[in-house]
Amino acid sequence: MRLLLLLPFIGLLWVPFYNKELPALWGFPFFYWYQFAWVPLTSLLIWLVFRDGLKKGEE
Amino acid sequence: MDAGINWTALAVFVFFFVLVTVMGFWASRWMAGPSNKGAHLDEWGLGGRNFGAWITWFLVGGDFYTAYTVIAVPALVYAVGAYGFFALPYTILVYPIVFLIMPKLWHAAHKAGHVTAADVVYGRYQSRPLEFAIALTGVVATMPYIALQLIGMEVVIKALGLTGELPLLAAFVILALYTYSAGLRAPALIAFVKDLMIYIVVLVAVVVVPAKLGGYGVVFDSAREVFANKGGATGLTLKPSQFLPFATLALGSAMAAFMYPHTLTGIFAAKDANTIRKNAVFLPAYTVLLGLIALLGFMAYAAGVKVQTNNDVVPALFNGLFPSWFAGFAFAAIAIGALVPAAVMSIGASNLFTRNFWKPYVNPGISNEGEAKVAKVVSLVVKLGALVFILFLPTKFALDLQLLGGVWILQTFPALVFGLFVGWFGARALLCGWAVGIVCGSWMAFADGIKPVHSFTVGGDQYSMYTGLIALALNIVVAVVANLVLGKGSRPALRSAA
Repeated sequence: MRLLLLLPFIGLLWVPFYNKELPALWGFPFFYWYQFAWVPLTSLLIWLVFRDGLKKGEE
Repeated sequence: MDAGINWTALAVFVFFFVLVTVMGFWASRWMAGPSNKGAHLDEWGLGGRNFGAWITWFLVGGDFYTAYTVIAVPALVYAVGAYGFFALPYTILVYPIVFLIMPKLWHAAHKAGHVTAADVVYGRYQSRPLEFAIALTGVVATMPYIALQLIGMEVVIKALGLTGELPLLAAFVILALYTYSAGLRAPALIAFVKDLMIYIVVLVAVVVVPAKLGGYGVVFDSAREVFANKGGATGLTLKPSQFLPFATLALGSAMAAFMYPHTLTGIFAAKDANTIRKNAVFLPAYTVLLGLIALLGFMAYAAGVKVQTNNDVVPALFNGLFPSWFAGFAFAAIAIGALVPAAVMSIGASNLFTRNFWKPYVNPGISNEGEAKVAKVVSLVVKLGALVFILFLPTKFALDLQLLGGVWILQTFPALVFGLFVGWFGARALLCGWAVGIVCGSWMAFADGIKPVHSFTVGGDQYSMYTGLIALALNIVVAVVANLVLGKGSRPALRSAA
């Protein structure tokens, strides 16, 4: 479960993958909206791991 | 910026400043529950260790996303474009790190009554030299950070049309006094107002400004055009040579962020470990805000804002596009945004001084009451130091030191974090690693003329990386080798702190 927390690191540190302007979204070049998209995504991933930990009674 | 005082803006500014001052003094009675220990460092320096998820969210958010961020990130984006956006991945990646590490650190601190990072390190390794190294790094790295908050305040005070050092001095005396009397409760309470104001300002700005300028497409187009004419390492996307610096700066900054005394103070003040975990889930909300703030740098191009120094970009944008009263409100938000972190930083530094310098070396038999007293006085001295710094030394000096401070604080990572997960490392090895990291990191930074990235050549190709991260790699390698050579040492690894 904790491996999910690796995803933001891969997604954001692999810079060449998102270093482009297209496709744009509401005027935002890809470079920008892609990074913004990782904010809620990372929150969601941490929440999933947190909930999993609660179920297992982690202290 | 236009000459003369903007009276409407100034009036709004002063109103909010007075409001938070009153709150700051009143704060000493806030959240002082049944578990109140009276005159005790836990009360003054950690707000009674009683902060739940909401207060922690405001407090940590308030001292992590500082006034200087609001000024400097858009300024950097204005100057170089995409490269300045490393702040976004940085403030995203910090949360998985917080989630994995900080609840463990909180447990270690809570069990033994530790107040600082150096306490935790001493508790684990029973090594005074290692404790000293961690505490010293924390204090030294925090001082220029406080100075930066003052720079943030200076910029908005200037934008109101006020000149001279007196307004800054007045703001500072107020800050010093209520921090002295209310401790961590003051910034925690003020953080509510600060954040509400900053959220209003940013949400209005990111809706109204593009609407006035013709939409985000126009904003990005005009920035692209300016960067194309300017040339060099600027643009809406990164140059291939910037990939590695961008990624390493983001990662290194994320690892360093919660090694600072002020961010750790917020963690130690939480009432339980799940408070911290919940915050790792919800704190990224601030990152959205930060990203939007960064975009103000591009909006300045669309609005045709011209400034002498990049740091004036945000104030100039507000002065140019908004009515005076809203500009005043925005500047008050930024100035109050400087008070919160400056207070927490000075408290974090005072806690370190009291627990890890004063107690072991000056007065080992100090009472709880005595600790709180020493810390309060030190908080005044620390802030005075930062003020002197700003008034008498060039601004660039504070910026350079802040940059070095980031490199230095990152070198405390192994000593503070490794012990939470593995029991293999000994104090002497970690101390060797720390020393090598600090020396090599500083040397590289100085050799490069105080730049955040260091370039080296491998097989004819040039690579640039964040200096702090290179130093950390050396630090870890040395610690591992030293541990193999020296062994762990004969002292018991775990004993409750004295």
